[in-house]
Amino acid sequence: MTWLIHILNGVAFGMLLFLLASGLSLIYGLMKILNLTHGSFYLVGGYIGLTVMQFTGSFVLALLAGVIAIALVGAAIERFFLRRFHLEELPQTLLTFGFLFIFADLSLSIWGGDPQMLNEPEIFQSSVPLGYYSYPVYRLFLIAVGLAVAGGLWWFQERTRLGTMLRAGVDDAEIARALGINVSLLFTVVFAAGAGLAALAGVLAAPVLSLYPGADFDTLILAFVVVIIGGLGSLRGALAGALFVGIVDDFGKAFFPEFALFTVFVPMAFILVIRPTGLFGRR
Amino acid sequence: MTSRLRLLIAAVAVVALLIALPAVLRPYSLGLSTKMLIFALFAMSLDLLLGYTGLASLGHAAYFGVAAYTVALLTLRTGVNSGIAFPAALAAAAVTGALFAPLALRARGSYFLMITFALAQVVWSVAFGWRSLTNGDDGMPGVVRPNFGFSLNNTTAFYYFVLAIFGLCALVLVGIVNSPFGRALRGIRDSESRMQALGYDVWRYQYVAFVLAAAFAGIAGALYAYYNRFVGPEYLYVVQSAEALIMVILGGAGTLIGPAIGAALIVFLEDFVSSMTAHWVLVLGVIYVLVTLFAPHGLIGLLVDFRQRRSAK
Repeated sequence: MTWLIHILNGVAFGMLLFLLASGLSLIYGLMKILNLTHGSFYLVGGYIGLTVMQFTGSFVLALLAGVIAIALVGAAIERFFLRRFHLEELPQTLLTFGFLFIFADLSLSIWGGDPQMLNEPEIFQSSVPLGYYSYPVYRLFLIAVGLAVAGGLWWFQERTRLGTMLRAGVDDAEIARALGINVSLLFTVVFAAGAGLAALAGVLAAPVLSLYPGADFDTLILAFVVVIIGGLGSLRGALAGALFVGIVDDFGKAFFPEFALFTVFVPMAFILVIRPTGLFGRR
Repeated sequence: MTSRLRLLIAAVAVVALLIALPAVLRPYSLGLSTKMLIFALFAMSLDLLLGYTGLASLGHAAYFGVAAYTVALLTLRTGVNSGIAFPAALAAAAVTGALFAPLALRARGSYFLMITFALAQVVWSVAFGWRSLTNGDDGMPGVVRPNFGFSLNNTTAFYYFVLAIFGLCALVLVGIVNSPFGRALRGIRDSESRMQALGYDVWRYQYVAFVLAAAFAGIAGALYAYYNRFVGPEYLYVVQSAEALIMVILGGAGTLIGPAIGAALIVFLEDFVSSMTAHWVLVLGVIYVLVTLFAPHGLIGLLVDFRQRRSAK
């Protein structure tokens, strides 16, 4: 039964990684931006949720506030900064790294240096029996949210008009523009949505993993590993990579604590050797 | 006065100034100057890749840190003489570069950035996680400086030691970038396909540039281990790699003097700002944003613009 618990933990963690990586991947797929601020969106989103929870006691409000605030911040960063450097990867890297530092310092001043946790909402505080063990409902809730978001994103991409525009933009932004699609607006919307997904992950993670200075870097690195394995620009890749990394990371921490991160990085290096663009990535 | 003569006079003046520094500076400032020289070398090594070959690496700290850890592990764990550890550290950095280059060079642009970043994190995770060997995030204090018959524990002696190595490396780097090899690298930076069509083995040139950049970063890393008498996983972290990037861009990529100035400036600012407020990280972030927006070609670029505008009047 222990292995089942590890797999469930891994899948729950993998779902959080999916929320992060899908945003990173969508943003890259459409505008070829490698967003290093993504980890900050996660952390600051989580902190905002924490504060709202402390004041209102409502988990739903905490989720909404974190996601909306960060989506707006993301939209502003795209509109006023990243837009000027379309397809120039070095300035984009420097800008997003700059914002990573700025957010890290500001959140340290506002929320302090101690790790902080959010209480999970009351309805999820129980556990379900699982053989000799019991398993926290909240983690099952995480898995459900992750699957729902994955399904929703798939439906959005394949079945809606905006999703079709998005796919057209990913294939060829110039032609999409020529066809009358408002690519400029699409860029801002997708960047904001990706940022919002990272914030959603931050608030959802806060009851399980604590929020601390440095969590921005830690999550950014794991999200990178996910998209390297799965391939940038692909939802399927983000899901496959996230589940893989989530499970491997959990087993690694349990069985090789000294090399916890190494167990994630070795498969990544291996995949880089055979497929530099990841399992589902496009050239 | 011809521009060449002016350049020579400027170079002689800078060298004379660097040699005279210990006579005018207090030990604290001299120590800071030593750190500036070390990071200038680190930034110049990255520029060989970024400015001259056109490959933006976000994992240059890997080679810097591998060399620093080699010094620490050899001197603290095996008791090897610290002077012998120095060439070993250089070799370790070059070998790491030689192993990583084939992986990284399979990609370009954003993927190259991401792969170099990820590879550096692999090394970091070993240093961070393997506590029994590296002490994990506590790092390894007590690194001894080499002894070549005279002690380097004195600030002035160590400054001259670093200055000598820096000078030697700078001369070699100037030689490299002005050689036919260096010109070919610039050709590759400007157009890979054209150089390919001209019959250059582009991959091999990029590979050699990558390994050379790693080796010079290793020299800087080993010096930094001596300088601090300590190594820690932060030497390998992405923040270190990103700081090297901003040093190069702030000064001006594609020149050797630019990254050196950028490095000196960042090291100075870090010390200066940290003495006044706890918000150095915020200031650093703002520097990234401002440089990208207003000085994409660095201080050297601003200077060139200014001169062109003046001569146009």
